[in-house]
Amino acid sequence: MSRRKTERLLSLVVCLLSSQRYLTATQIRAAVPGYPDSFDAFKRMFERDKEELRELGIPLDMGTNGPLDDELGYRIPRQEYVLPDIRLEPDEAAMLALAARVWRRAELAGAAAGALLKLRAAGVEAEETSQPGIEPRLTGEALFGPLWEAVRDRRPVTFTYRALGRSELQRRRLEPWGVVNRHGRWYVAGHDQARDAVRVFRLSRIEGRVEFSGPRGAVTVPEGTDVRELVREWDSHPAEQQTAVLKIRAGTGFGLRRRATREEPGSDGWDLVDVPFSDAGWFAEHIASFGADVVVSEPADLRDAVITRLKGVLA
Amino acid sequence: MTGVTTSSDRLQRLLALVPYVVSRKIVGLSETAAAFGVSERQLVDDLNMLWCVELRAPDPYCPIDLSYEGGEIVVSQAESMERPLRLGVDEASALLVALRMLGEVGQVAPGLAEGSALSRTIAKLEAAAGAAGAPAAQVAVQVDRNAEQSVAAQLREALASGRRVHLSYYVPGRDEATERDVDPMRLLVVEGRTYLEGWCRRAEDVRLFRLDRVLGVQVLTVAAEVPQEAESVDVDQGLFRPSPNDLRVVIELSPYGRWVAEYYPCEEVTDLGEGRLRVVLRTPDGEWVRRLALRLGEDGRLVEPAELAAGVRKEAAAALAQYGSGAAGGGSEASDGSPPTAGMVS
Repeated sequence: MSRRKTERLLSLVVCLLSSQRYLTATQIRAAVPGYPDSFDAFKRMFERDKEELRELGIPLDMGTNGPLDDELGYRIPRQEYVLPDIRLEPDEAAMLALAARVWRRAELAGAAAGALLKLRAAGVEAEETSQPGIEPRLTGEALFGPLWEAVRDRRPVTFTYRALGRSELQRRRLEPWGVVNRHGRWYVAGHDQARDAVRVFRLSRIEGRVEFSGPRGAVTVPEGTDVRELVREWDSHPAEQQTAVLKIRAGTGFGLRRRATREEPGSDGWDLVDVPFSDAGWFAEHIASFGADVVVSEPADLRDAVITRLKGVLA
Repeated sequence: MTGVTTSSDRLQRLLALVPYVVSRKIVGLSETAAAFGVSERQLVDDLNMLWCVELRAPDPYCPIDLSYEGGEIVVSQAESMERPLRLGVDEASALLVALRMLGEVGQVAPGLAEGSALSRTIAKLEAAAGAAGAPAAQVAVQVDRNAEQSVAAQLREALASGRRVHLSYYVPGRDEATERDVDPMRLLVVEGRTYLEGWCRRAEDVRLFRLDRVLGVQVLTVAAEVPQEAESVDVDQGLFRPSPNDLRVVIELSPYGRWVAEYYPCEEVTDLGEGRLRVVLRTPDGEWVRRLALRLGEDGRLVEPAELAAGVRKEAAAALAQYGSGAAGGGSEASDGSPPTAGMVS
């Protein structure tokens, strides 16, 4: 933004904000310095300026000053412009400063800084003086930006997705309901238009760009939707617990023994250890990672899964 | 994104500057420059621009009057500019999502434990944001809570009272429990996991300990002594810092093995087609690589280092031998016929 433009926009805001009445384009042109002499050139520039103000979140009202007034005018309604009063105690301001840092590595960092600026301008002393003893950070993810925009503006999106274990790509059309960070990873949940069902997608598995495929406001989030719960369900393993009986070489397999419900030292250099598990696939991989230090006795399907894993190494 | 863009930065700052001074009545130039993250020279230029605002009609007048003589800013006339602009949706959301995330991590944080300051802040911010705060409900953050509650509570106590702890800590790369004394510095929540940052007296260096790998904590009676040279990890640079001495590891992944590229920072990722990837990782820990390769089975072929790859095959063969002749044959006719297993997350 050039200096002249900044000066002009600043004057425009002050002008529209100080006036109780709607000001016509002609009145604005007379009051605000920096507009060109030609009326057409002025109109074009004024249109662009209005758009700039809206992008900054400045409310711009259009209307007339009475029934006899036939020319539309503009004003910034003060009520809608000003940040309502907010007073924070020192411990609350410390929370705010801490919260503003959460996004430092992630996409809304600029928005968080902008918010803090306005709150400071409202008199909040959000200095980073107090040390709460914890530093939380959100993980950055390039596709968070477009998906957050889609969720915020209620717009459907289209993207190319590669599900885990699939060799082919799929084109998905989604009405996004929410974006969730679960255990450090970003997901989007919503209504999959082609499948007419609720689906959850991991952002890191989207290939290429996310494109808007509908107008703003086209998405309706069903009442009572809990996006966080949708993602939790999708990410959770079947809860049914089984118990594995393992032979673990003495002095090894500590990562498995940690979770053991029974440990019996054997005489042959192997201990008998019972370990509960719920997801056989994941647990088989975990056991395979211990190599020749662990042998599965039971159950048979876990034993077979570990054998398959190990054979896979040799394949 | 409609966050703060560079082109509108200055106008936003100008609109915030007058209320910033008005709400404090009188404030120093240097202090204000620091709060806005600009140089004093830039700030003076901003103040001049505000002071120069002139409206020409119906009668010419200057709506803003201010001075910064002697390094103190005073606004004597601000017309309609004395209050800041409302929060935008992105701004309100950024803070509300972050504050709610603090609630998630509250159980492990000493300063957040009581929670009341946090809920008061959220309520006040929601009220101030109004409708702009609503879309924030569509973004949520869930932090891993696998760590034992008692571990978190004890570390919290040690941090609050400034005492040393004895940690029993599991190192999965080497599959061993280690014992060490640590002087706690702070807790970090990064990539969805909670870490204790502390001065490890065994390593004589700053170390991060994942809370879900802490097997036991004893809060000692000794006061924590974090040496002067102890430097906090810069969380904004990421936790993983490869070193030139690290092993260069090359793995070819099947579509089921792609999770490796999502879980570990990769130096290079090459698409091999049909959902397969070739990744290059750096790690100082050969044992970790060995375990990863065994875990991956046919979903990841360790290409480099070659000696490690040979070791992994030897280990797999030895493990199979323990399952008897039916398994050790290595023939394609597996006795099980079980389906291929999925990665860590479906």
